[in-house]
Amino acid sequence: MLIGTPKELFEGERRVALTPDSARALAKLGHSAIVESGAGDAAGFNDEAYREAGVEVGSAADVWSRADVVTKVRPPKTDEVSQLHDGQLLISFFNPAGNAELMEQARGTGASVIAMEMVPRISRAQKMDALSSMANIAGYRAVIEAGNNFGRFFTGQVTAAGKVPPAKVLVIGAGVAGLAAIGTATSLGAITYAFDVRPEVAEQIESMGAQFVYLDFEETSQNSAATGGYAAPSSPEFREKQLDKFREMAPDIDIVICTALIPNREAPELWTPDMVEAMKPGSVIIDLAAERGGNCKLTVPDEKIVTDNGVTIVGYTDFPSRMAAQASTLYSNNIRHMLTDLTPEKDGTIVVNMEDDVIRGSTVAHKGEITWPPPPPKINAIAAAPKKEKPRELTVEEKRAQEVAAFRAATKSQVGLLLVGGLLMAIVGAYAPASFMQHFIVFALACFIGFQVIWGVAHSLHTPLMAVTNAISGIVIVGALLQIGSGSYLVVLLSVISVLIASINIVGGFLVTRRMLAMFQKS
Amino acid sequence: MMSIGIQSAAYIAASILFILSLGGLKNQESAKRAIWYGIVGMALAVFATVFGPGVQNLFLILLAIAVGSLAGYYIAAKVQMTDMPQLVAALHSFVGLAAVFIGLNADIMLSGVTAMRDSGVSLADADLTGFGELLWHKNSVEVAILKVEVFLGIFIGAITFTGSVVAFGKLAGRISGAPKKLPGGHMLNAGTLALCVILGLMYFNGAGIWTMFLVTLIAGFIGWHLIMGIGGADMPVVVSMLNSYSGWAAAAIGFTLGNDLLIVTGALVGSSGAILSYIMCRAMNRKFVSVILGGFGGTTGPAMAVEGEQIAIDADGVAAALEDADSIIIIPGYGMAVAQAQQSVSELTKRLRAKGKEVRFAIHPVAGRLPGHMNVLLAEARVPYDIVLEMDEINDDFPKTDVAIVIGSNDIVNPAAQDDPNSPIAGMPVLECWKAKQVFVSKRGQGTGYSGIENPLFYKENTRMFYGDAKKSLDELLTKIS
Repeated sequence: MLIGTPKELFEGERRVALTPDSARALAKLGHSAIVESGAGDAAGFNDEAYREAGVEVGSAADVWSRADVVTKVRPPKTDEVSQLHDGQLLISFFNPAGNAELMEQARGTGASVIAMEMVPRISRAQKMDALSSMANIAGYRAVIEAGNNFGRFFTGQVTAAGKVPPAKVLVIGAGVAGLAAIGTATSLGAITYAFDVRPEVAEQIESMGAQFVYLDFEETSQNSAATGGYAAPSSPEFREKQLDKFREMAPDIDIVICTALIPNREAPELWTPDMVEAMKPGSVIIDLAAERGGNCKLTVPDEKIVTDNGVTIVGYTDFPSRMAAQASTLYSNNIRHMLTDLTPEKDGTIVVNMEDDVIRGSTVAHKGEITWPPPPPKINAIAAAPKKEKPRELTVEEKRAQEVAAFRAATKSQVGLLLVGGLLMAIVGAYAPASFMQHFIVFALACFIGFQVIWGVAHSLHTPLMAVTNAISGIVIVGALLQIGSGSYLVVLLSVISVLIASINIVGGFLVTRRMLAMFQKS
Repeated sequence: MMSIGIQSAAYIAASILFILSLGGLKNQESAKRAIWYGIVGMALAVFATVFGPGVQNLFLILLAIAVGSLAGYYIAAKVQMTDMPQLVAALHSFVGLAAVFIGLNADIMLSGVTAMRDSGVSLADADLTGFGELLWHKNSVEVAILKVEVFLGIFIGAITFTGSVVAFGKLAGRISGAPKKLPGGHMLNAGTLALCVILGLMYFNGAGIWTMFLVTLIAGFIGWHLIMGIGGADMPVVVSMLNSYSGWAAAAIGFTLGNDLLIVTGALVGSSGAILSYIMCRAMNRKFVSVILGGFGGTTGPAMAVEGEQIAIDADGVAAALEDADSIIIIPGYGMAVAQAQQSVSELTKRLRAKGKEVRFAIHPVAGRLPGHMNVLLAEARVPYDIVLEMDEINDDFPKTDVAIVIGSNDIVNPAAQDDPNSPIAGMPVLECWKAKQVFVSKRGQGTGYSGIENPLFYKENTRMFYGDAKKSLDELLTKIS
């Protein structure tokens, strides 16, 4: 089959969907390739390099009319789509969620369309996950761009000319871009902090060398497995806590890199104007969410602005394109992997297998029909701890019912116990003399206190508990003391022995408990 | 000399201090303070009694206290942390014995005082101790109640005494841990119990002190026989049960002497021990009664056959796996205590943590021979307690763990408890260490554990057996890990 790649029409776009290297790899699958003249110039691949790799160089019309598969980077423009014909396959970013008209147009042509951003996030599909590879570049480039606009070193240095403090970088959102930014910033020597609403990424953040910014908040447990590994909107209380934390950090932070996006929503505002105001002059904010409105509302998309207090806010939306060679290489590799999956026999025949999770998921138009949105994939994106999900399956009513049942059972057994206990007391009280009952009250209350107190004892302290109760049970010494003065020698002898062994018990028990407790230490 | 009022005040203070002392054990930090509450409370109680009204023979008292304290100090300072279970059991026996003596004394004094009163001596001339005076005033119903209390005190005290001695022997390894019963088994226990009750009734009807001596002997026999019939694996329950008994014995004595402090303290200790026993039983998914009556509950069918073989590994292999692992969970058991390996475990933990690996400890509620036994040993070896976690806290983390190291535990990591409904330990919650990517089991040999149950864990594909004495194995391992 002939794979064709036109020049990107989007203004300022420097990437290209086919590189000479990926063309060579495609040749092994039995495909030939055609590229529009000058398509790779901006990314550093000239026509000559393509020809050397066995790629035909032609005009845009050639590409669109002859190619069986058209590969692109940016979503196609209307006149590009109009050139599609029946049976042709377009592989490109497409933004199906916000591009219904274009999708309808593509459907009308009878061509199939694979949208690269729809590749499901499952392990097998990672090699075609263009969003991740582009985000990786964006994260890296964001730090470089920040450094470019930041007037100081990233790393702290003590030089003969004076001491330089290290830069403090805060990365908000630890997706692929965020993690890449963390890695870049730490390797440049900055002190890096990172925040994400998904607490389970704390480990990833720390593994990249940044400090996770913990919030003092109980309900942080967003289960991102349910949303395919992406963040979901957080509760207003949580957001408040988060903003408070950021507000507290703002005066100290030199560089903020915002990468927080929620799928299919406007970017959440996480860096408010007052935080920008609190920052030192010369600080830099890189807003990777600029395209979706920005995590900082002062951000102007595609522009770099400087605020009144000297904070630079960069709102570029084309970070991957700014590293066109790298981005083209990775993107063309993603495309190549996609084509590998589409060519199961490696014989140059494209098969759009709609049974395949990955292909089904990313295909948005096929055989004159719109196939978006896809059904949920058969495999979960992330193997979430299934154990934890089980109890969650209970609906609120079921839970309520369970609680009520448990409460009833507890009430029943408690009332039962109280009744039986009360009855026993009544029987004892009916026959025993008053002097006995006085002591009996004390006894019953003490038992009750004991039961109440002991339940609170930490499990790890059960041995000390045993030792200390043992020591305390040496209180029988009091009994022996009261008898020791008796006239009978036998009584004196027995009580002296009792006092003696009870003392062993008391002193030994307390001392051993102390020894045990003294050993407990915190790390 | 203190007045009765001041003495009572001191007793109240002591009771409150004891309650605070137990309540303070809810976490490690407050526990350090709690122990002092206990000590001060006890000092207050003893002081108030010794210098209170009606106490004589001060010299003898001080001598006995001094000797006892020295002995207690010597024992407690000398004992190894691994010998803690034995020590606690031994100390329980003292309380039991003291309770028996005090009970006997009470009866002797009762007859003495009654004789004096009947012979017409006036109270002022009788020169009685505090307790004697109390007896003087008792009417016939109160005397009857007193006799019941004396009987209970002696009975429980004697069971506690011999039971604790046997528990001590078993824990110290001087008596075989295997359950042993005389012919007749539970019937024998029931018969002797009935005999005790009959003797008690005879005593009640004025049969004289010989009945109480007999009760002492027979109850002693029951205690011995009862604990002999319980296997070593159930010792945590036994020890806490004896703890409870010693408390009830003290409370019974308190009733005899009409002393509220004794009653309060005895009740506290008694209920504490009872709850601990209950917690232990629940952790093993056993019924308290079946533990006390000895032996595991009857199985309904043959145990599942175990397939596969145990694959051994040497220290090099374990070291290599540990080098590669990021997260490690160590599961210590009684075997670690026996081999005194806790220092080596601590050193291993320190080194692994220094390499940035996550090392945690998973403690099963019944690991070891005492409740919380492992925590104490690890604390002694200076393992920080915030990485020592309970079963419920850590069980879900095993699938995310690279290496689980089982050191001398067996039943608490037995998957048969979950997989095999016919297993004697079916339904007992266990640490699911087999879900870790790799499991190493440090074990002396191929034999079964205390409960004598085959452990399928050892045959799993991801399990490797690291044979040898735990301490020696770990020390060898430490030479490979810098």
